[in-house]
Amino acid sequence: MLKDITLGQYFPGDTLVHRLDPRTKLISVVLDFIALFTANNWLSTAVVALTLILAVALSRIKPRALLKGMKPLMFIVVFTAVLNLFYTEGHVIAQFWIFRITSEGLRRTILMVLRIFLLVSCTFLLTYTTSPLQLTDGLEQLLRPLKKLRFPVHELAMMMSIALRFIPTLIEETDKIMSAQKARGADFETGGLMRRARALLPVLVPLFVSALRRADELATAMECRCYHGGEGRTRMKTLQMHTADHLTLLFWIGVLCCVIVLKRFGL
Amino acid sequence: MDTVISIENVSYHYPDAAENVLKNVSLAIPAGSFTAILGHNGSGKSTLAKLCNAILIPTEGRVTVNGLDTSLEDNLIPVRRTVGMVFQNPDNQIVASVVEDDVAFAPENLGVESAEIRRRVDDALRRVGMYEFRLHAPHLLSGGQKQRIAIAGVLAMQPKILVLDEPTAMLDPLGRKEVLSTVEELRAETGMTVLLITHHMDECIGADRVIVVSDGQLVMDGAPGEVFSRVEELRALGLDVPDTTETLYELRKAGLDLPLDALTIDACADVLAGLFTKSAE
Repeated sequence: MLKDITLGQYFPGDTLVHRLDPRTKLISVVLDFIALFTANNWLSTAVVALTLILAVALSRIKPRALLKGMKPLMFIVVFTAVLNLFYTEGHVIAQFWIFRITSEGLRRTILMVLRIFLLVSCTFLLTYTTSPLQLTDGLEQLLRPLKKLRFPVHELAMMMSIALRFIPTLIEETDKIMSAQKARGADFETGGLMRRARALLPVLVPLFVSALRRADELATAMECRCYHGGEGRTRMKTLQMHTADHLTLLFWIGVLCCVIVLKRFGL
Repeated sequence: MDTVISIENVSYHYPDAAENVLKNVSLAIPAGSFTAILGHNGSGKSTLAKLCNAILIPTEGRVTVNGLDTSLEDNLIPVRRTVGMVFQNPDNQIVASVVEDDVAFAPENLGVESAEIRRRVDDALRRVGMYEFRLHAPHLLSGGQKQRIAIAGVLAMQPKILVLDEPTAMLDPLGRKEVLSTVEELRAETGMTVLLITHHMDECIGADRVIVVSDGQLVMDGAPGEVFSRVEELRALGLDVPDTTETLYELRKAGLDLPLDALTIDACADVLAGLFTKSAE
């Protein structure tokens, strides 16, 4: 049952988007965010939307996968839509009982929902096309300047990649412990929330004990392989920006400029 | 032959333990040798292994690796890159989510140049026969395959000595065979010094030398044939003997004049065949 959980949803592929340097993709996402928050009218939002549609098409990620990712966020989307729709002052176009819809409200609602949708799709596109390991590497490289401020960049990246490495191992272990408990009559499926939470306690205790033992052994094994922190450490795979990366970044800067210019026209 | 690991009058005391795990142990491991260390749980054999690459520092006495004292801070990295260590649980030694990235871990730590790391990783993976799996996720591999990856991860440091601390304890018979034959091939190809710590008697048969550890002391030391002939003594220590020795020992007890040092299955079969031809005459 736990096998269904997909963490760090990554759809392997070999498209232009997949091949881009993770740093390029990370910076692009940030630029896209800035562009989306700058865009306040139809035309500028449309420009961002079009670039995203282009990116999705290039990545060959099925739009359905993106929509599926949106599901847990539906509440926020509806909430924002309702707030904007009924509580914006302006020219009234429809009214019933205590509700009033203004044309400004309608416009704002559509733009807001569109904006949330684009923001989320953009982050999903990043995690769908970049393996968690590449993401960690990219982040480590991008955050490197923070080392000067004593921010533990290398340690953080190492922790992330080890956590990613052990997720499947620990899921497998949880499954095993749960089966063992079930075989001895434990019941995880019936009862209320409290009862089920309490039933998980005998699973969590052995899981934690084993995770700590694993951590201890892993630390020894890492020491045996001469691990001594990030200092003087090299990498087998160094990240390299190619022409495609430079062009992508230029493209995004272009989009951002375009959005800023279009904002002035206030369409 | 040159001594690569020298253990001199070493005692070791874990901080929270009542008594010493190792008591005044001395041992010299010659270059290129294959030494098996036998002992039951808690005999101190794993402690002995961890003393060899400065994971533990002796409470008393001295351990030197290629002449480098393991207790000196400056020798830490040179000692660890000389003595590669493989542990029991393959899952808890693999650091990365992709096989080749894991094998690259040690040379990355040593600050080796990217192209050279690539070369070493490919070479190490070929040596353990896992090159085709270089892009796989380790958690989807079998126990024996994972343990071979762990061996490759150590080989990428280009160590002179390989210390294996019960590498087969968590594996099924097939996995055990895989790992042992990998070690055997490595020895044949590179002449690497191997220290195998185990409680499976059968794994010691191919060794040049078997050392039995009990209660923190070295109680037997000799060629496998010699050590395993001492059946009663081994049993008194709570250890078994290989199936071959067991068979011959029982036949001897029944009054047949048979040697006890026919350890491999083939040698044992020859002895038994000889017995039948003799009785046929």
